[in-house]
Amino acid sequence: MTAPTGITRATLLKDLRLEWRSKDAINSMLFFSLLVVVVFSFSFDPTAAESRQIAGGLVWVAFLFAAVVALNQTWAREIRNQVLDAYRVSPAPANSLFIAKALSNFIFVAVLEALMTPLFIMFYQLRSLGPAWQLLVVAVLGTWALVVNGTFFAAMSLRTRSREIMLPLLLFPISIPAILAMVQATTSILTGEGARVWMALLVSYDLVFTTGCLLLFETVLNAE
Amino acid sequence: MKKTFPILGALTAILLGYALYEALVAAPTEQTMGDVQRIFYYHVPSAWTAFTLFLINFVASILYLVRRHPAADIVALVSAEVGVVFCTVVLVTGPIWARPVWGIWWAPGDIRLTSTLVLWLIYVSYLMLRRFSSSGQTPTLAAALAVLGALCVPFVYFSIWFFRTQHPQPVIGGGGSIDPRMLHVLLLNWLAFSCFAFLVCWSRYRLESLQREVDQAHAMESLMDLRGSAR
Repeated sequence: MTAPTGITRATLLKDLRLEWRSKDAINSMLFFSLLVVVVFSFSFDPTAAESRQIAGGLVWVAFLFAAVVALNQTWAREIRNQVLDAYRVSPAPANSLFIAKALSNFIFVAVLEALMTPLFIMFYQLRSLGPAWQLLVVAVLGTWALVVNGTFFAAMSLRTRSREIMLPLLLFPISIPAILAMVQATTSILTGEGARVWMALLVSYDLVFTTGCLLLFETVLNAE
Repeated sequence: MKKTFPILGALTAILLGYALYEALVAAPTEQTMGDVQRIFYYHVPSAWTAFTLFLINFVASILYLVRRHPAADIVALVSAEVGVVFCTVVLVTGPIWARPVWGIWWAPGDIRLTSTLVLWLIYVSYLMLRRFSSSGQTPTLAAALAVLGALCVPFVYFSIWFFRTQHPQPVIGGGGSIDPRMLHVLLLNWLAFSCFAFLVCWSRYRLESLQREVDQAHAMESLMDLRGSAR
């Protein structure tokens, strides 16, 4: 299975390299994320004890908006110069492109989250009562859930009018169980209760939807 | 269709009228909630009809992805549209029922209302995708979205159920047994709603296939014109 993995690696490295050279997307997304954190800190001003209850929700809503901004512009590059059409006529398997795109989106969103989290901790005086490494696991699982569906729906909304608004319209309803699980898991860990069931739900959601998106991506990519 | 549709239409109208009478007048009054409970005869059959239509949408979408039969695509579109209408009825009657009974319009952990809301959101997004995408790819994209949406449904149920066990909420309608006379009226209403849904779907199906024929004829005509003028 070296050929598909090689293609995935090449596509992923291409995306990261392009982004590193231009830095336009990452800069705008970073600033957007900072703005979201600041606006939230003005809108919700809880005490330190209350903040543990609501921080899960706040943090994930902020990550969700940042993820939508990131997802919207990652496919845009492929449309210019008909790169996407070139990919379709090449013998490269469509799934390699999907995995590469999903991984590069995941890296972008993870970078954004890594930068937003200290700001949230600072603004809300957050301290976790449960083991903090579990928060990292929830972050990884939750981000992957958003990114895998987001990459798929972003590819779908390429063919629609009002491309940028279609992505959240398609992504948010289907992500609701995952968002509930992420928020509840984060809140449970912060308040020191167990989050095992929510994490199990996230794992199964990730597995089911990664499989579903992989199975359907070729159809969506080649739809004409 | 020209002969059977009016006959079935008249029969359905009679059935709906009878079901209305049974629900509002003849059915026994519930002991704790009183007459407000009669909304149950609209709330529950609408929900069952909506879920049946969404199931039809799922099957038709899979059939389209596997066979690419245009009729499957029209069935998927039609069942989604009518399903969303019935789902809207559920979401409107739910709070109307909840307000006098619980004192609140909405309970975030109520599994039935919340999962119906998420289902409604998924299918409205499906209809928006159909509206916003260009006609060549719409059936394939919409079918893919329907499959993913259907995969999401068990997760929705489980996540809200588990959320409810952690944050107990009032339960509408109770989980206990139902009076057989009430069950009879409920099933009668479901039958009436199903017949009505079938008729609406049938006529919408006809409308959509005629519209596609017209569009195809227009396209052929403009192709012929181009060929004629090129010569």
